[in-house]
Amino acid sequence: MSGLLSFVLWLPVAGALALLVLPRERVGAIRVTALATAALDFAVSVAAAAVFDRGHADRMQLVEQAAWIRSLGITYHLGVDGLSLPLVILTTLLTLLCVIYSWRVEARPKEYMILFLLLETGMVGVFVALDFILFYVFWELSLVPMFFIIGIWGGPQRVYAAIKFFLYTLIGSLAMLLAILIVYFHSSPRTFDIIALIHQKPLAQDLGLAVLAFWGFFLSFAIKVPMFPFHTWLPDAHVEAPTAGSVLLAAVLLKLGTYGFVRIALPLLPGAFQQEAGIVAVLAVIGVVYGAMVAMAQTDLKKLIAYSSVTHMGYVMLAVAAAASIAGRGALQGAAAATLGGATLEMVAHGVITGALFFLVGVIYDYRAHTRGLGDFGGLGLRLPVYTGITIVAMLASLGLPGLMGFVAEFLIFLGAFQIYPALTVLALAGVVITVAYFLWAIHRLFFGPLNTRWEVLPDMDGRERWALGPLVAVMVAAGIYPRPLLDMINLAMVNILSLLR
Amino acid sequence: MTHVAWIIPLLPLAAFGLIIFWGERLPGRGAYVSIAGIVLAALASLAVLGEVVGGARADLTYAWAIVGRRPLTVGVLVDPLSAMMLAMVGVVASLITIYSVGYMEGDPRYPRFFAYFSLFQFSMFFLVLADNFLFLYMAWELVGLCSYLLIGFWFERPVAARAALKAFITTRIGDFFLMIGILLVFLRVGSLRFDDIFRAIDLGGFGGPVLTVAALLVFGGAVGKSAQVPLHVWLPDAMEGPTPVSALIHAATMVAAGAFLVARTYPLFFHSPGHEALTGVAYVGGITALFAATMGLVEDDIKRVLAYSTMSQLGYMMLGLGVLGYSAGMFHLITHAFFKALLFLAAGSVIHAVATNSLKQMGGLARAMPVTFWTFLAGALALTGIPPFAGVFSKDAILLAAFTHDKVLWLLAAAGAFLTSLYMGRLCWYAFAGEYRGALPALAHGQGAGHGGSPRNVGQPGAALHESPSVMTVPLVILAVFSVFLGWAEGPFDRFVRFAGVEAPPASLGVLLVSVLVAVAGWLAAGVVYFWRIVPSEDLRRAFGPVYTLLVRKYYVDDLYAWVVLGLGGPAIRLAGLFDHYVVDGLVNLTGWVARQMGLGLRYVQTGRAENYLLLVFLGVVVIVLVTLAW
Repeated sequence: MSGLLSFVLWLPVAGALALLVLPRERVGAIRVTALATAALDFAVSVAAAAVFDRGHADRMQLVEQAAWIRSLGITYHLGVDGLSLPLVILTTLLTLLCVIYSWRVEARPKEYMILFLLLETGMVGVFVALDFILFYVFWELSLVPMFFIIGIWGGPQRVYAAIKFFLYTLIGSLAMLLAILIVYFHSSPRTFDIIALIHQKPLAQDLGLAVLAFWGFFLSFAIKVPMFPFHTWLPDAHVEAPTAGSVLLAAVLLKLGTYGFVRIALPLLPGAFQQEAGIVAVLAVIGVVYGAMVAMAQTDLKKLIAYSSVTHMGYVMLAVAAAASIAGRGALQGAAAATLGGATLEMVAHGVITGALFFLVGVIYDYRAHTRGLGDFGGLGLRLPVYTGITIVAMLASLGLPGLMGFVAEFLIFLGAFQIYPALTVLALAGVVITVAYFLWAIHRLFFGPLNTRWEVLPDMDGRERWALGPLVAVMVAAGIYPRPLLDMINLAMVNILSLLR
Repeated sequence: MTHVAWIIPLLPLAAFGLIIFWGERLPGRGAYVSIAGIVLAALASLAVLGEVVGGARADLTYAWAIVGRRPLTVGVLVDPLSAMMLAMVGVVASLITIYSVGYMEGDPRYPRFFAYFSLFQFSMFFLVLADNFLFLYMAWELVGLCSYLLIGFWFERPVAARAALKAFITTRIGDFFLMIGILLVFLRVGSLRFDDIFRAIDLGGFGGPVLTVAALLVFGGAVGKSAQVPLHVWLPDAMEGPTPVSALIHAATMVAAGAFLVARTYPLFFHSPGHEALTGVAYVGGITALFAATMGLVEDDIKRVLAYSTMSQLGYMMLGLGVLGYSAGMFHLITHAFFKALLFLAAGSVIHAVATNSLKQMGGLARAMPVTFWTFLAGALALTGIPPFAGVFSKDAILLAAFTHDKVLWLLAAAGAFLTSLYMGRLCWYAFAGEYRGALPALAHGQGAGHGGSPRNVGQPGAALHESPSVMTVPLVILAVFSVFLGWAEGPFDRFVRFAGVEAPPASLGVLLVSVLVAVAGWLAAGVVYFWRIVPSEDLRRAFGPVYTLLVRKYYVDDLYAWVVLGLGGPAIRLAGLFDHYVVDGLVNLTGWVARQMGLGLRYVQTGRAENYLLLVFLGVVVIVLVTLAW
């Protein structure tokens, strides 16, 4: 079975190379090639999930390990567990849906598709890499295609947004590189292998240095998440990015940050994280409440959804901080597992839900109304029943309505976090109330009231759009009603990660 | 049946799934599917009730999730309380769904109405069956969602859309407290199952002030859902929904879920030190009972009068539960469901005929609509507690419990009872007695009363006032039969749905007599003002001008909330938006700008021209020479 992950990882690059040799006039062939690559990649990742032993989701499986640069202890080391596998599938699914959605992109379709496929490799790579150098390479690799996607296919302010996005996250990456080097130079034997380093915990004896390394990782991950106050690149990037770019940005790229916290910062530097957990938790809760308030102030639908990501990632970070703060304490292990499991599920749920929401913004903006101003709409429920229904479901999922995926994640986060940080959790719950208010208000302004006469001839969603959104809605409902299969797998991985914190 | 009771919610859920996807192509455009779902569910519920009366019980659990190494167990519970609720919801919902076939006729979104109705029925059954806080909360939110969707069913009307928004957000504020309560209970007990929680309380593992706090937080959810003071503002506005929705969701079932929640988690309240939590419940209920009734006195919209009445009656249920009248409170929930559903459906029948909600434009309808009139009257007499109608049994039991417990609460409740008769008498005389005062002749039936756009739009000239079709009147008659006779079930009910450790106080003829006299006095007072006009209402309005204004303005509570939300919340939100843009992001851009300016400044160091570099070298040499010489 080994080789499966490499296949998922490199197939998009192969597809991109194939696109490279296709002449740019053959638009149909370009689209079909991109679609075939993305579809095959998704299928293989599902196959990987099928051979994955979910009963042992706490272990790294489908592991591939080969020497790469022996003298420096760098290896080509891949593997997935219950934490990374759902994120890999999320990535391949959303890339596929983005290709379907982008069928009608007319400006430079060849380059567009190549960049999306390269982006897929970068994102999958971060989730499957178990070597720091590999991890770092993919981390940076995911940055470049998105820079061009925003900068070339974006809106009017695209250059500003792209450069801001690139520089901001690059500064974070450099901090992470320093942190990696600190860890590396204190390991013995010298290795970049993440799993080996987690077991070694090279900085366990030197808390001061561990805290320094922690803040290095923190800066990088927190910018990516993004946590308050490092979030302002996000609305700009989202607003300017083309629809499919926004989708992948929200659904997957933000998860790189939270994934980094759970996979690396938590088990590698538990002592330092424990010491700083309070600060992280406070920033997370500020992100929840403040993000919700700022979201409410937005008049641009895309910006509103962008700020809702700040809120949702705040829940995740509250959970991670709560789990970190009780590292090694036996009594609250159950609470930590619950909240951390909820956090991982929230990563997937947010990917599905917010991915769908950005598609939905695109449906109305790209091909229909060409405006995203909440005040410009009204009464669309009369004209676009299918669009209205799907959007309301996605927004209700985002605000945490039971029966949909987001609720399960949020409930577990709060159930666990309340036992560790009761006061902060209550504040976060207040943020939920604001979230409910602004989403309902958005629904109110978009769909209710008398129909704005400007939109009397808008067509409802077409087949391509339904195909891009149907799977996401199905996942929202299915995982909201019966989360066990996903949750059990995640839980095993979380128990394993928590057992490493000593 | 008892061991497969989980099938009951799935029947309407299946109907929902069918209608939402294939509505227009189904028989009866979905209505028959919806009716089939709820009638089957009702029959199953009655079967379950029969078995539970015979002693059957069931608690079916499974592991919803594994967290850490422990399963989070949840499931469904069939006991007397849930069996009773299942049967009530099943029967009332069936009748209202059948009635809707007539009422909603001609609506362009007809199938969608039945889809939402079925979804609501699923959620309500699920809520009743929950044996744990997780399922209860999930169903709690789902019924809230259905309420939102159905209040805003005619969403193109801005009033309806706003009412839906207000309802969802107001109840969600209550749910914020409910969620904290649930988390607190889980923190102390480590389980979400009611059974585990109650056992922990019995064993002394969970008690003291924390228990009181947890109970009151849970009650916060009930305050929102049951429209109790101070979260009551949403219910009158919710009357913007179609009338069957008001009957089912905002009278019989969902709003009563708050009282059900208190009953379901009664040990939390009962075992709080000194019954403190129960005292809180009783006072909120008692105050709401009176407060809502006063506002009902001055309302001219027939449905809003009934909405205030519902709030008030829910207050009685809370009051009953709070003064240890567990069975009394629950019995009032059941009887109220029948007679209030009846009142709303009869009011809907009236609205269907006259195409207005305003009492001032009705009058004389008793002659034109005899079935509607007589059934409405039966409901009104049941509501006001006139013997031998259903309400007197349940309401008297609550008044009795209040009398033995706390005289202040009894006074609140008795005053509320007087006002109940007064506003219902006013309503009956305005609507059914005298001459028709409508500005325009009313609609004939079958014109859909213009539901597509607005139920209040004007009718067609020339059509006569008309009784509603039998698909609407038959449910009225059946509900009226319940409203007349259900009260006699009080004895068996008390023995069936009871809370161990709470005994009803011995019956007191004196208290009963006072309650009945108060109720009759209310009717007479209403007659004096609105029928015989011995004291015309205009005189009263003039004499009590300030009080009248206060009531019409709903004690300024809505204005206060609007001021808080718009006057304080709005600027805070805008400030946050500006802060983010100019301060947080401003600092980021400032960093970028500083870096750029530094780059621009340092650019002159690297001009690439040899003369400049030579000049710099020369100046450097000069400086060095000067410094050396000066030394």
